[in-house]
Amino acid sequence: MNVCVTALGPMENSEVDPRFGRCAYFVFFNLHTRAVEAVKNPNVEASGGAGIQSAQLVASRAAIVVTGHLGPNAFKTLNAAGISMFSGATGTVKEAVAAYEAGKLARATAPDSASKSGIAS
Amino acid sequence: MIIAVASGKGGTGKTTVAVNLALVLEKVDFFDSDVEEPNAHLFLKPDIKITSEVAVPVPVIDAGNCTGCGKCAEVCAYHALAVIPHPGKKSQVLVFPHLCHACGACSLLCPAGAIREEARNIGVIEEGECGNIRFLHGKMNVGEVLSPTIIRRLKGKVRPDAVTIIDAPPGTSCPVVAAIRGVDFCVLVTEPTPFGLHDLTLAVDVVRQMKIPFGVVINRAGLGNDAAEDYCRAEKIPVLAKILFDREIAVRYSTGDTLADKSPEMAKIFTELYQNICQVKNEADRCS
Amino acid sequence: MKQIVVLSGKGGTGKTVMTGALAALVDNKVMVDCDVDAADLHLLLTPKVVERHEFKSGKKARIDERACVRCGRCLEVCRFGAVTKKLFIDMSSCEGCGLCARVCPAAAITMEENLCGEWFVSETRFGTMVHARLGIGEENSGKLVAQIRQKAKEIAKEAFRDWVIIDGPPGIGCPVMASLSGVDAVLLVTEPSCSGLHDAGRVIDLGKHFKVPVQLVVNKWDINPAVTEQIEKYCTENGVAVAGRLPFDRAVVNAVIQGRTIMEGESLGLKAEIIKIWAHLKGAIS
Repeated sequence: MNVCVTALGPMENSEVDPRFGRCAYFVFFNLHTRAVEAVKNPNVEASGGAGIQSAQLVASRAAIVVTGHLGPNAFKTLNAAGISMFSGATGTVKEAVAAYEAGKLARATAPDSASKSGIAS
Repeated sequence: MIIAVASGKGGTGKTTVAVNLALVLEKVDFFDSDVEEPNAHLFLKPDIKITSEVAVPVPVIDAGNCTGCGKCAEVCAYHALAVIPHPGKKSQVLVFPHLCHACGACSLLCPAGAIREEARNIGVIEEGECGNIRFLHGKMNVGEVLSPTIIRRLKGKVRPDAVTIIDAPPGTSCPVVAAIRGVDFCVLVTEPTPFGLHDLTLAVDVVRQMKIPFGVVINRAGLGNDAAEDYCRAEKIPVLAKILFDREIAVRYSTGDTLADKSPEMAKIFTELYQNICQVKNEADRCS
Repeated sequence: MKQIVVLSGKGGTGKTVMTGALAALVDNKVMVDCDVDAADLHLLLTPKVVERHEFKSGKKARIDERACVRCGRCLEVCRFGAVTKKLFIDMSSCEGCGLCARVCPAAAITMEENLCGEWFVSETRFGTMVHARLGIGEENSGKLVAQIRQKAKEIAKEAFRDWVIIDGPPGIGCPVMASLSGVDAVLLVTEPSCSGLHDAGRVIDLGKHFKVPVQLVVNKWDINPAVTEQIEKYCTENGVAVAGRLPFDRAVVNAVIQGRTIMEGESLGLKAEIIKIWAHLKGAIS
């Protein structure tokens, strides 16, 4: 089962990127094999709809999203796809996954970020 | 006759010129088409009588008839529709109304006829009067993007037999083009500074491309240099009026005061401006 | 590395003059002119272009007249009035939705990528500047603004710059949102008029929405001291700190005419006030 962590770089020890729609990388972490695979986010410069497209990209590959904040469009899309969302993650990708597994992250039940917040943060 | 008052640069005095020009005419329609930041009403203080909502059609999916084929998302140029796959079940379609440009492609092209359109409000148009002026403006809701749509609806209320003044938004992007499309004459307001001149050249490009007869008003003349006037002379652009910088005018503006109905000198300036507009427009008509 | 955007709501209050002054005063920074519709900062900074890039966004329809069978289906379906009665595309009205291309029975319409502007990386006497030019009549969606902000941020990171200083666009629409998201502070430059107060309020709302602190400067404050106080009071009541006030001064116009910033101009009083405003802004951010 895959967890997707939004990150500033493509590695396990890369820092978590607090944004979702316009994060730099999506790092997919397989909870069973512990394998890591990163995808560079193609939606970084989208003027609108980044959250939706990023959510669709992630929904096909992971059942769980771990990030800092979620904007309204991303939240709506991930929610419809049945993806579990956890927000408030910090540290490295590895640390964020450990926090998720230890039950230390809050489940996101609503969007907590304004639309377009992630542009050039 | 429809006269637009525009400017490449914001803050040069578009609203000041448009408002005071309207005040010296006996009977006139005034349209504030800066739907993002309308402020002519702060000066004209109209008595608003009619408020109409501006709505655009957005798609609504009939989940029962929807087959999950995804054609709608495929044809949407704005990513306003997203198809969410559900393993072993029919895919679900999500609509994002704020991204929708109301083009109608999805509902027209849905093979299952599962999309109908519903109205979504993006702003209002208010109509009223102040003295002899019939006043209209559009106000776009914060966060919306379809300003040209509201501007087109607003212009739909132009009366063919009236003298209409349209206060345009600043700049040269698509709301401005929507505001000045189809007008008979465009007044470009500038200030005699390098910023004013630079942005005037952009605005001149626009009106020339749209083949609209135009002239220039130099506002705050004396607070700057002659470069704008020299440019107009070199480009054979008529200077319709020069309003001298006067601190008193700035103070009046700051309190939301009008000028032409309060001082005979100001009334004269704007009456002559109107005469010059008519003259230049007639010459342009003869030449074409 | 911190980012500051200068906004106003209403146009013409002195954003570019203020950004120019900060360009002269602040060390180790990158400048970005995000007013891509009517960019003016270059008139003060005289940039020398080092990199030039095309900017493409959206599409425009094009009818192949030889293939066209003149059925008029495109005219029927276009909701933007972009198909003329003679069945030509009016490029300034075309929004690139692509519906005409999809319904054309003769496949005579193609959607082509729209070259709608250019952006530049330049060197100035005060450092690197990123700026852009949006074509006439184009949609100002904020995408070009986001592009140049991204570039400025990259340059700042690679060159270890401490500040990104952004000349913002007027209004509160998408280009403003693109220039403001993720910044560390907004410097709101307004004028003491009804319009100034009205539009400043909308910028303050935007700051709250994006959770970015806003600091106020009233420019030409002595034109109407009463309205100046009204604006300052409104700001203080809404969590906006007053960073300073600038008086009306012909020295500003003189400096602009000479292509110089206030800091290179003749008024010592204005320079002192700008230094105070910057100290206030810096203090508030750290």
